[in-house]
Amino acid sequence: MSTVKMTVNGKAVAVDVEDRTLLVHVLREHLNLTGTHVGCDTSQCGACVVHVDGRAVKSCTMLAGQADGASVTTIEGIAKGDELHPMQAAFRDNHGLQCGYCTPGMIMSAIDIVHRHGGQLDEATVRTELEGNICRCTGYHNIVKAVLDAAGRMKVSQAAE
Amino acid sequence: MYQTTYHRASSVDEAASLFAKSSEAKFLAGGQTLLPVMKQRLASPSDVIDLGKIKELQGVELSGDVLTIKAATTYYDIMTNADVKKAIPAIAHLTSVLGDPAVRYRGTIGGSIANNDPAADFPAALLALGATVKTNKRSITADDFFKGLFTTALEDGEIITAVSFPVPAKAGYEKMRHPASRFALTGVFVAQTKSGEVRVAATGASQSGVMRVPAIEAALKANWSPSAIDSVSISASNLLADIHGTAEYRANLVKVMAQRAVTAAG
Repeated sequence: MSTVKMTVNGKAVAVDVEDRTLLVHVLREHLNLTGTHVGCDTSQCGACVVHVDGRAVKSCTMLAGQADGASVTTIEGIAKGDELHPMQAAFRDNHGLQCGYCTPGMIMSAIDIVHRHGGQLDEATVRTELEGNICRCTGYHNIVKAVLDAAGRMKVSQAAE
Repeated sequence: MYQTTYHRASSVDEAASLFAKSSEAKFLAGGQTLLPVMKQRLASPSDVIDLGKIKELQGVELSGDVLTIKAATTYYDIMTNADVKKAIPAIAHLTSVLGDPAVRYRGTIGGSIANNDPAADFPAALLALGATVKTNKRSITADDFFKGLFTTALEDGEIITAVSFPVPAKAGYEKMRHPASRFALTGVFVAQTKSGEVRVAATGASQSGVMRVPAIEAALKANWSPSAIDSVSISASNLLADIHGTAEYRANLVKVMAQRAVTAAG
């Protein structure tokens, strides 16, 4: 057992876990942040993507101990109160989901994509960059539309700040 | 995953001494292979020694004609590094087609070559560029480092600290990506050294892991152009065959990827 200390969605947390515990299980089972999903268990589907120190990573492929001292942001941490993050709003407006299982990971990856590419995003880039996130319902079309829509909104909201 | 004990090392020396004290330890860098393998219970190390936060294992240095990438530098940090893009852009390209963005944020060059997956990308770059692997004990040339499937010259407890690449005159890497795993169905790295030597390495093709391709090297030495490879014949014997492609298909891919890599190298 080890104590893992992290900042999760802006709050300091300390959890006692077995060393074999994955970050995703700390989030879901110890912190009750069940928005982050486990999809494949083989590190391929991206349903578990969260931001660790600002980088979108698969929380099922990281031991909790590796995240000790890190700042973690999950899907629960991106809205401002009742106001959805622009990426969440764009997914809703563009019907970028059907069953919703992959959506938290899609949104966390998509925010990272927009941060990395800024205004340089086009459809082909979004499709390539989303290859670590698997959706079995939508055919991706509306997800790509949502990410492009959100990229514009995020630029506007950044400019306003 | 079976029970294990996690250690975060703060220096290479500490990591080596933790390893010596453990019964069946494994080093963990980015964990993008080791953790999935542990989750499947195909590996059950007593101890996991994390090298990912060791400062002396991070970063890239360009000094004259040698590009040195420290072992725990992530693919993303390699891909976006200005010195890598300037000195050996083929390496930046290789990292951009390796895994997916989340994997590239965590996976490391040291982890990739220590694992020596027969379809991994970096072993081809090291072999074609004539790189040198630095460890906490010695320097090993790429020719001597890769010893077959998932096997390297590393001794028990030996830690890769960096990889040094001589900056080539020209280099290119192209691969046929497996669409689900993003591993190379076959990938070929071509390089022309500043002294005019040509080295070509293929990954994902041979049953013995990464390999040089002497026939293509000879053809490119005579004439550095994609068409020089047209008449080369690659034997399918000892090449990998699975549900994704026959040995004959991979033999042809070696040629086609080499031609594309030469085009990319210019």
